[in-house]
Amino acid sequence: MAQELEITRPAREGSPWTGLWAVVAKEMADHLTSVRMRILEGLIVLTAAGTVYAAMQNLRQTVGEDRFLLLKLFTTAREPLPAFVGFLGFLIPLVAIALAFDSVNGEFSRRTMSRVLAQPIYRDALLMGKFLAGLFTLALVLTAIWLLIVGLGLLGLGVPPSGEEVARTLWFLVASIFYGGIWLALAMVFSIIFRQPASAALASIAVWLFFTVFWEIVAGLLAQSLAPVQYGFAEEILRQTNLELALARISPDTLYGEAMLALLQPTIRSVGLLLPIQLQGALLGTPLPLSQSLLLIWPQLTGLIAATILLFALGYVLFQRQEIRA
Amino acid sequence: MGNDGELVIETHGLTKRYRNVVAVDDLNLAVRRGEVFGLLGPNGSGKTTTILMLLGLTEPSAGTVRVLGLDPARQPLSVKARAGYMPDEVGFYDELTARENLIYIAKLNGLPRAEAYQRIDRALASVGLSEFADWRVGTFSRGMRQRLGVADVLIKEPQLIIMDEPTQGLDPEGAREFLEIIRDLKRQGITVLLSSHLLYQVQAVCDRVGLFQRGRMVLEGTVYELAQRVLGSAYRIHVEADGPAAEIIWALQKLAGVAQVSQEGDRRYVLQAASDLRAEAARAVVNAGGHLLGLNVEAPSLDEIYARYFQEEAHGTGA
Repeated sequence: MAQELEITRPAREGSPWTGLWAVVAKEMADHLTSVRMRILEGLIVLTAAGTVYAAMQNLRQTVGEDRFLLLKLFTTAREPLPAFVGFLGFLIPLVAIALAFDSVNGEFSRRTMSRVLAQPIYRDALLMGKFLAGLFTLALVLTAIWLLIVGLGLLGLGVPPSGEEVARTLWFLVASIFYGGIWLALAMVFSIIFRQPASAALASIAVWLFFTVFWEIVAGLLAQSLAPVQYGFAEEILRQTNLELALARISPDTLYGEAMLALLQPTIRSVGLLLPIQLQGALLGTPLPLSQSLLLIWPQLTGLIAATILLFALGYVLFQRQEIRA
Repeated sequence: MGNDGELVIETHGLTKRYRNVVAVDDLNLAVRRGEVFGLLGPNGSGKTTTILMLLGLTEPSAGTVRVLGLDPARQPLSVKARAGYMPDEVGFYDELTARENLIYIAKLNGLPRAEAYQRIDRALASVGLSEFADWRVGTFSRGMRQRLGVADVLIKEPQLIIMDEPTQGLDPEGAREFLEIIRDLKRQGITVLLSSHLLYQVQAVCDRVGLFQRGRMVLEGTVYELAQRVLGSAYRIHVEADGPAAEIIWALQKLAGVAQVSQEGDRRYVLQAASDLRAEAARAVVNAGGHLLGLNVEAPSLDEIYARYFQEEAHGTGA
């Protein structure tokens, strides 16, 4: 009796982004008023104020000698505190994961998912809206911190930053946002896979720990076994080191670290191996112009953005296939 | 707008399979404009899956669906703009107020702000929640949430409202109020499809019901029609009368519409009838020379139909 009907499907009606901005507005309002975000914002502001103040104490003595004072504010460390950028390396993933680990499963556990999806919107708009709201919140927080640091620098050191410095720190801001984007998208994928927000948070933190702490060791071991140095030839050593570097760059942490280094330390000429040939004719210690520094870390920047997009795409596919009955 | 016979929901051979389980099997459902239709059946009999397919939230494996003349799989936005859905145990954002929750829904429906605010006020008033509009939903009771669920659906001024287990978990007073809201929706000309396993409540508000079992709709019709089909005759009339038993029984049996007369005790007779024949039965008793002492009718109850149907099913498969 039941006849199998071939369901031929023309393009879906309407835009997949119908209602996108309503979702973005609601989610951002949630993020910005949530206690969770207030705590994290407080933490970041304290860190920024503390490290920058410490850096200023150091820099006071050398004002006038340095061309890149603003950049130094970000990178100067004073024992026992690490530099501000060092803190950012783990504060950004923390904030990003906190923003997204319950974004999808939270709707299921509050039983709001089917009610929201029964409105005239597609799932696309809901997921994209949640992701964009997270990214915008992250961008907002980081931009606020950036302004805070530039302002503190002006007040504390009394030296206005040059255009180049501002441009460098703005690029650094872009790199930081997409570095956060990766962890945001990752936490979102886990929030789609796991029905328990706690599982999603733990899984995200596990991946993050793996990449920040263990991946470097793993990359070293893998390089040793895949490209062993048997006779001590220069080519062999070179091959192993290159492989290790390539493996290490799978970690978003490495990519971000290299991008940060090249952008905030203009004298950095290479983020990989530096062979003597490459240094011929170079004036050691002279800073590179911004365009050259950007060229140097262009692969790292695109890598960060590509990883964000790939992870989001994965979450997108998983979410589209999910049964919505709670 | 449309005529009375217009179909709001129409499915043909609708089927949904999950891997090797058939959740909905060859369903043919027709719901007319303005009626309240009840989907009945034990948990896991395919009611929710059917509802999700009607809204385009799950794709059918086979068959066709038309909701308000549209195909939910191809035109989900149009369907969802015109049909409201109130899920099982409807959830809200607890940290937001009732009004804020509804504003989000209005925005998702693309309503302009001024229009949205008016509709929200009207919807909250119609479910009696006006004074709680600015309370956080976290403080609401189960019954209030359920009523807010109706307000939430009313925002889009739907032609059709689909409710999944709307009265489950409500206290008797809350359930009674809720049924009154459903009657009110019907008075406004809104078609309502509701699923439930609380038979008494379904019977109280539904014009027609469909009985689900293992993904199939095994019975469909008004409660009265179902009773006739399952129980044989729907009404049981208890007659208490003094007088010659044989004549009384003979007179009662002659009445049109009486299926069976049995004597229970000295002066008690029970009629199985297709309709409420109390007046006719009284006349027959008197004409047969009896003294009528008491007359009582038992309307068919969905509970009985349900119990009997599944009992017979069990026997049928056992044999």
